[in-house]
Amino acid sequence: MKYACLIYSNEKDPVSNPDPSTPEFGPIMEGYMRFGQEAGDKILAGEPLQDTSTATSVQVRDGEIITTDGPFAETKEQLGGFYILECDTLDDAIQLAAKIPHASMGTVEVRPVPDFG
Amino acid sequence: MTTPVDQTIARVVRDEWPQLMATLYRDLGDLDAAQDAAQEAAEIALTRWLDDGIPDRPGAWITTVARRRALDKIRRERVGRQKSELLARLERIEDEKQPRIPHVDDQLQLFFGCCHPALSVEAQMALTLRSVGGLTTTEIARGFLVTEATMAQRLVRAKRKIANATIPFRIPDGGELLDRLTVVHHVLYLVFNEGAYASTGDDLLRLDLSAEAIRLTRVLASVMPDDPETLALLALFLFIESRREARVDDSGAVVLMAQQDRSQWRRPLIDEATELIDRAVRLDRPGPYQIEAAINSLHAEAPNADATDWAQIVLLYESLAVHRPTPVVALNHAVAVAMHRGPRAGLDLMDNPSIAEPLDLYHYLHSARGELSRQLGDHRAAAESYDRALELVNNDTERRFLRERLRQLV
Repeated sequence: MKYACLIYSNEKDPVSNPDPSTPEFGPIMEGYMRFGQEAGDKILAGEPLQDTSTATSVQVRDGEIITTDGPFAETKEQLGGFYILECDTLDDAIQLAAKIPHASMGTVEVRPVPDFG
Repeated sequence: MTTPVDQTIARVVRDEWPQLMATLYRDLGDLDAAQDAAQEAAEIALTRWLDDGIPDRPGAWITTVARRRALDKIRRERVGRQKSELLARLERIEDEKQPRIPHVDDQLQLFFGCCHPALSVEAQMALTLRSVGGLTTTEIARGFLVTEATMAQRLVRAKRKIANATIPFRIPDGGELLDRLTVVHHVLYLVFNEGAYASTGDDLLRLDLSAEAIRLTRVLASVMPDDPETLALLALFLFIESRREARVDDSGAVVLMAQQDRSQWRRPLIDEATELIDRAVRLDRPGPYQIEAAINSLHAEAPNADATDWAQIVLLYESLAVHRPTPVVALNHAVAVAMHRGPRAGLDLMDNPSIAEPLDLYHYLHSARGELSRQLGDHRAAAESYDRALELVNNDTERRFLRERLRQLV
């Protein structure tokens, strides 16, 4: 079964989202490397996202494309990246999600991916 | 019309339910299918046993009937690969001539699945009562004072999440086991409290949730006989239940423990609870429910409120606060201190912002303050506190109690 892990954290917080030029950045990256090694081929996909200041929300109304600067919703913690994991059960997915570094600094939402096959 | 025979049969069916559901869930791997099959078999048993008498092994009888029903239904309704796999498995079970011994593990899995932390606590309670307890949606709705539609939707949503997110029904291993057991205990505790101290409305016609919680905890204690906290949880429920009649007087008003007629306390329940807590303590793994049960056992053995070992109770609340550093535990500690060292000492603790601020909307804090101020002869402060408690209370019986207290002041 596939699970999406949506990683939320406060992108303005220098502790959880330090600038790459700062010394705090290294340990977080190392955490993600370790997670990658540990989860191994259970990771089907995964990407970080640029921050929400780069987001564009798109809607089509009456056939017209309407674009808005910014994310869909203003929230305290923002979607900053995701993984698609292959796990047998929700318990396994929760165990793995808990090892994503930002689970300790923000929130990881685990959502099952439907199987239409 | 229900006859004594009907009631006996209904009780036997209910007693068999947790094992029945657990076995069916193991065989079918689907909560809804297991539920439907169990329900159908229970209904058949209710009519058939009326004519034929209760069979020697009612559990085996009802499980066999339920599995056959499930088989028929799968033959009719399922399609494709799912059907053939399930059918093969069930037919194999059917061919085993030996009756299947219900596994302790199956029942535990059911508890852990229904009380999975990925479900909301409301869903955990409803699902446990439905699946492990065998109550109908109508009965559960009546227990929580919500409409049947609301309860049905809550159950459907929970079962959909279990299926769609693949929430496993399994016994957690190693270190996870104790954490998950805490969730199960908490669910049972909330169900019990909902029954024992119903927070809203009149209690007539309500399903007896505390009795259900006791029944389910007995099942859990029978499959986890070496877990001290499970034994203590059952002991705690029995202690509180033993005082049920004494807690309310003939007019339906609340009677505080200090004023209760202790001859009304039900000794057999107290004896059972005492034995359980003794067994729990001997297992030598302390925990919060053991402390709560121990506090209750001190109440149970005291001939009256004054002769209670309050010094010991104060100490026990202090250790409980280590496990549960909550304002409510701190408030109970303050009440015990008031009994031990006098009302002034209790009030001083209650004035502490760590209690007063978080519990400002908790009517019990204000009624306790009212009581202590009254004991000190400070009628103005007492009246203020009772007034505040009256604003916050949402239970008719307690409201009556507070009005009476207020009336006595003037």
